[in-house]
Amino acid sequence: MHTDVIMAVPSWVLLAYLVSGVCFILALRGLSGPESSRRGNRLGMVGMAIAVLTTLVTHIPWTKPAGTYPPTCGSIGNPCQQLFESNQNLILDVFPIFVAIAIGGAIGLVTARKIQMTAMPQLVAAFHSLVGMAAVLVGAAAYLNPEAFAIGVRITPIASPSFVSIFPVSRVEMGLGVAIGAITFSGSVIAFLKLNGNMSGKPILLPLRHVINLGTLAAILGLIAYFIQDQSPWVFGTVTALSFLIGFLLIIPIGGADMPVVISMLNSYSGWAAAAMGFTLHNSAMIITGALVGSSGAILSYIMCRAMNRSFISVIAGGFGGDAVAGGAAAAIDRPYKRGSAEDAAFLMSQADQVIIVPGYGMAVSQAQHALREMADILKKEGVRVKYAIHPVAGRMPGHMNVLLAEANVPYDEVFELEDINSEFAQTDVAFVIGANDVTNPAAKTDKSSPIYGMPVLDVEKARTVLFVKRSMGGVGYAGVDNELFYRDNTMMLLADAKKMVEEIVKSLG
Amino acid sequence: MDFISILSIFVLACFVGYFVVWSVTPALHTPLMSVTNAISSVIVVGALIASATAGSDSSKWLGLVAVALASVNIFGGFAVTQRMLAMYKKKDRQG
Repeated sequence: MHTDVIMAVPSWVLLAYLVSGVCFILALRGLSGPESSRRGNRLGMVGMAIAVLTTLVTHIPWTKPAGTYPPTCGSIGNPCQQLFESNQNLILDVFPIFVAIAIGGAIGLVTARKIQMTAMPQLVAAFHSLVGMAAVLVGAAAYLNPEAFAIGVRITPIASPSFVSIFPVSRVEMGLGVAIGAITFSGSVIAFLKLNGNMSGKPILLPLRHVINLGTLAAILGLIAYFIQDQSPWVFGTVTALSFLIGFLLIIPIGGADMPVVISMLNSYSGWAAAAMGFTLHNSAMIITGALVGSSGAILSYIMCRAMNRSFISVIAGGFGGDAVAGGAAAAIDRPYKRGSAEDAAFLMSQADQVIIVPGYGMAVSQAQHALREMADILKKEGVRVKYAIHPVAGRMPGHMNVLLAEANVPYDEVFELEDINSEFAQTDVAFVIGANDVTNPAAKTDKSSPIYGMPVLDVEKARTVLFVKRSMGGVGYAGVDNELFYRDNTMMLLADAKKMVEEIVKSLG
Repeated sequence: MDFISILSIFVLACFVGYFVVWSVTPALHTPLMSVTNAISSVIVVGALIASATAGSDSSKWLGLVAVALASVNIFGGFAVTQRMLAMYKKKDRQG
């Protein structure tokens, strides 16, 4: 009986969902290069339009039934539907859907247009939370009206009201989908608050947090298993509530520097939530998309972890950035360092053959990217070769620095990844570090006791001169480690706000 | 579609995702995240079904809210990706 219900879906509908899935694959494929990416994005839109239109055509009751009818009537073309045909109240039924799309679409478009590129990590976190919430709501809707999704059978026992029994497989799929969706939602909300500065980026460590987390996780899985036996509302409700809770618990102990991992991980979760819902609804577009997004996020998390030489487990367990502060800060006191002015920096760079700029989160915070590009333009006019070196975890999300530089009109062929440019520092006259810290720390290569030991870093210290823009000597990087680089003979510290410093250098160059 | 066919689609799609995403250039990792975000809102399909099918009013309302949330993501996600991708320019195009 299960398959009968599903077979009622016409094959052109299945084909349409397949086509939209293929469009999504091609959209991601396009991102292998900036030129093809724009076409890819348009294909993604086409895929989404196909999926939405197909659903609207097949599921909106363009002819309104006069009474309740079996679930097989949900799609057009079923003989039984004709029995109930009557063209009343169509507008009333369809109108709210278009209003919902219009409201959501307008909010989305305005946000997308207005958002500053530096706020992109927050925006992505906020968007993830919406996918998570949508998954929870769809799961709840499917729970309340299983017949709409053809995932249950109506059972009419003698002398009691009839009810719809949801198929056992669908119960598990639904439970998992709602759980992952809820974790995505609450986790992304916390990530958003941390990235947006509404909440301290410092890790918040609860006592016994591992025990609490594992216990909650076990309870969720146990309840989903129990859900097979008993589909009462309290089971569904508790699974949802506990999942919201664990999403919150998982993200609060994670510090600011680990945000690239967190945001990739939540990206992955939002995909798995969509996939689980696709399983529940037997929809290939959702399954293909969910799998794509899920693996995409997982790969990004892996790349970010590798770039920090940390295991995924240790990031998720959290607490990084809190423990090491005491030891690192003590060492920072009273060591001699060289301090330079904007004029010194301008002079050094204008005399150089090659300058490599190393941007980090600090550049994003002070919005220095435009001034930086102006500086690079002047240098290029004077015959200096200018390149940019980007560490994979610079910033708060994967590719954060690349977007900011692109925003400031820096051509992407001047921007290089760590492994492509690291050997060039030795032949470089000036390395200009702006807002980056831990990713340049030579201690990661030499000091086994350092918390960041083993992390791949940019070899800036091999350049003839290192210019290090930093707000003050007091602060340490997010890893809470003092940077050996500050005290080297070939380092000149430029202590000021990143943007102001760059603007002053531009003035001196001019 | 029975469970096994669905599972096959899922597993194969995971492999496709794995290979496709490794070919994405690191410079485009942020647009990758925003576009995956937009496409994972294909969950709107489920929301539309819920809001368009008779049977339960609360289910309809939940569906409508989900349609609105997913629409924010679809329009916002694709638009912001488009905006970012338009910024990536080559050297020669710049003056």
